[in-house]
Amino acid sequence: MDIFLQQLINGLVLGSVYALVALGYTMVYGILELINFAHGEITMIGAMVALAVIGALTLAAPGAPGVLLLGAGLAVAIPVCVALGLVIERVAYRPLRHAPRLAPLITAIGVSIVLQNVAMMIWGKQYIPFPGILPQGRHEILGATVSDVQVAILVLAVIIMLMLILVVQKTRLGRAMRATAQSRQVASLMGVDVNRVIAATFAIGSALAAVAGVMVSAYYGLAHYYMGFLLGLKAFSAAVLGGIGNLGGAMLGGLLLGLIESFGAGYIGDLTGGFLGSNYQDVFAFFVLIAVLVFRPSGLLGARGAERA
Amino acid sequence: MTKRPPRWLAFSVLALGLAALPFLVDLGMGRSWVRLLDLALLYVILALGLNIVVGYAGLLDLGYVAFYALGAYVYAWLASPQFGLHLPFWAVLPLGAMLAALFGVLLGTPTLRLRGDYLAIVTLGFGEIIRIFMNNLNAPVNITNGPQGINLIDPVRLGAFNLSEPHRLFGLTFTGIHLTYYLFLLFTLLVIFVSMRLEDSRIGRAWVAIREDEIAAAATGINTRNLKLLAFAMGATFGGLAGGLFASFQGFISPESFNLMESIMILCMIVLGGMGHIPGVIFGAVVLTLLPEALRYTGDWQRDLFGHVYIDPADLRMLLFGVALVAVMLYRPAGLLPSTRRRREFADAQG
Amino acid sequence: MSALLTVSGVSKTFGGLQALSDVSLQVNAGEIFGLIGPNGAGKTTLFNALTGLYTVDRGEIRLEGVRLDGRKPHEVLKAGLARTFQNIRLFAEMTALENVLVGRHARTRSGVLGAVLRLPATRSEEADSRARAHALLERVGIAQHAQRLAKNLPYGDQRRLEIARALASEPTLLALDEPAAGMNKAERSALRDLLLQLQADGLTLLLIEHDVKLVMGLCSRLAVLDYGVKIAEGTPDVVSRDPKVVAAYLGDEAL
Repeated sequence: MDIFLQQLINGLVLGSVYALVALGYTMVYGILELINFAHGEITMIGAMVALAVIGALTLAAPGAPGVLLLGAGLAVAIPVCVALGLVIERVAYRPLRHAPRLAPLITAIGVSIVLQNVAMMIWGKQYIPFPGILPQGRHEILGATVSDVQVAILVLAVIIMLMLILVVQKTRLGRAMRATAQSRQVASLMGVDVNRVIAATFAIGSALAAVAGVMVSAYYGLAHYYMGFLLGLKAFSAAVLGGIGNLGGAMLGGLLLGLIESFGAGYIGDLTGGFLGSNYQDVFAFFVLIAVLVFRPSGLLGARGAERA
Repeated sequence: MTKRPPRWLAFSVLALGLAALPFLVDLGMGRSWVRLLDLALLYVILALGLNIVVGYAGLLDLGYVAFYALGAYVYAWLASPQFGLHLPFWAVLPLGAMLAALFGVLLGTPTLRLRGDYLAIVTLGFGEIIRIFMNNLNAPVNITNGPQGINLIDPVRLGAFNLSEPHRLFGLTFTGIHLTYYLFLLFTLLVIFVSMRLEDSRIGRAWVAIREDEIAAAATGINTRNLKLLAFAMGATFGGLAGGLFASFQGFISPESFNLMESIMILCMIVLGGMGHIPGVIFGAVVLTLLPEALRYTGDWQRDLFGHVYIDPADLRMLLFGVALVAVMLYRPAGLLPSTRRRREFADAQG
Repeated sequence: MSALLTVSGVSKTFGGLQALSDVSLQVNAGEIFGLIGPNGAGKTTLFNALTGLYTVDRGEIRLEGVRLDGRKPHEVLKAGLARTFQNIRLFAEMTALENVLVGRHARTRSGVLGAVLRLPATRSEEADSRARAHALLERVGIAQHAQRLAKNLPYGDQRRLEIARALASEPTLLALDEPAAGMNKAERSALRDLLLQLQADGLTLLLIEHDVKLVMGLCSRLAVLDYGVKIAEGTPDVVSRDPKVVAAYLGDEAL
């Protein structure tokens, strides 16, 4: 029972981070039908910048409270990532809006490679440890252990997602975003400045990615120039699992993927009579993803509109 | 029309050029570039295979490398000390290609209802699953030897002729990589020939029709299910073939050679070159194979310019590679050598 | 007169929407049969059901006695029912000639081996397809565009190309979804001539059309759909005087 609860908690925490990154993919996809392949790298840059700021501040002001340092790190990482997201959109995607469908995918891959290598040149190839500024408290709940960091990630992720829902449902910007996602042409005829909406979408997605990047590095205790690749891949899978283009779907898909991974790692040995070990956890995750898509080709919450002939 | 040189002349010049190429490269640029030439040919085969799936049929496949891996592993299993089997090259290679084709159909079947990016993520998933299995199937029964990979794979042997050893012919010394070049060239030409014939056929037109409008294609009498599976199978066949050649050439394979980035690179080759257009795809494959290596020279340029190497060329080259991908797409969104209709119109007016 | 197409009791719902309810009609061999009705009446839905794009919930569709319902689109085409689309669905990046050649797919057989080796059978099949395709382009009057990309053709010619593509499959029944939409007067009259000529050659036509004048002039019989229900069937004269039809077109207030 305690293993079950432990995997549940781990899965929810990991899943909430996936959800934050998946939201960035899904928002961009909803409006541009573009896989923003560089999104995972923005997450990585967020983590790297925050770590650099925290590292510098710990040297400059030893003994400053950890929460303050973390806040400072985020306060720098978020605008950097937002700016980066905006530049990428302007330079690599906007000129290709009417190009063949795969062209922006290739520029996205190019940008992704550039960001990885720039990060590698700045921060090196080694793993960068997350400084020990965070509370190390651990709590026992019904035989499972929860750390302060896990609680913080979960709470923060939920707050951010609620805020995002509010923005999309209640504000003028949110309305413009939804209209643009329905039809770019109609929205622009209705007086929506489509370019601004798209820019705003990239800005919001990049901000979420920055936060998620810091969360991941805090959770695993390290950052690395290559961390964005797998994280981005999983988050994109989560977005597709939930039904790409659908915000609720990204959240659901993220949580599910986190749970699948965590339970997969915990139980795959039992399920296969010991034949497959926990190193197959990714197989398990992809397998569930494929199975879901085969039976629901548009994801769990994706539009299933009949193909119009 | 009279100004055009006769076809046989153009062909002869091309053939001579291709035959002399490894020696010219060897003299001018060094042995390592001949090796790279061999690799470039391998990537031309891979890119033309993926081109059938993505370029013609319009199915975005991000797991293509799985078929490459299968071909390589089949070759390694049947011609290495791993299981003590040493079957001859001409028997193993088609077996690997056929098994890859079978897997193409098997993996393709559940994806038939998926469109666009959903298909991309599922094929990506299949690719990763196969790689993870290759990585972990060393226990409880050792099949793949896990992350260490399989070593001492037999080189290509035709009778008593060992392709990996130097031979003296016509007063020239042909080393292993020279001979490999000719072998790969042979297969590359075969794959180009098959691609060209397919493109200009009932099957090729049906693939393009599916890419352009799947519903209209179905309503025009195309069995979209079978033709998509055929595209997967044909693409996989080329992938499996390239895998077998790769294993024999390298003598060693491990799951690391078959990661997602490899699939993405092959996709970049066809998009960058000109999707669905055979010369473009060939060009893209050659350029993207050679470019990262050429960018190693950035160290020399830095020394010439500043008298000092500021940035390690090994780091810089991938950065520049990324920049190049973006730049090419921005200035030539349809690829470096997009299909020109004029040529086909001309051919049709003739025939 | 013998029935070529019989639709009996066909129903189709989308979610809660009853798109077609219990529709029955009969198209006789050699006639031009019109399907009319206000927007959203279910005409295109019926077309999609006939051609296998939608599966029907209930009912039967037969062409020359052979069941079509439950069959896939390519099987329907092979059985002899070809169609065009309301919003023109050509293969945009292929030439006009290639579009028509794709239309030959169901009537040709060569596979991968034949294509790669250019076997004699494949060569003669290909030559035959090309000859037929050129003849069809000639017939619909766009032979001069054979080598142009479909997307670059003028609008009216795109509609003709779609007809040529459908004809390439040698159908017994050709279903046209608003073939005159967006055409000017001269183009309409040319289309009219073409359709009459096709009929004279023995083809049966099923036609969705908004242009009432065109429909009344061309069709030997009509069926009228309204809210997914067939409210009338008969000769143009009879149908146009039917009070239910008048009400459907003008709204109930007119009564």
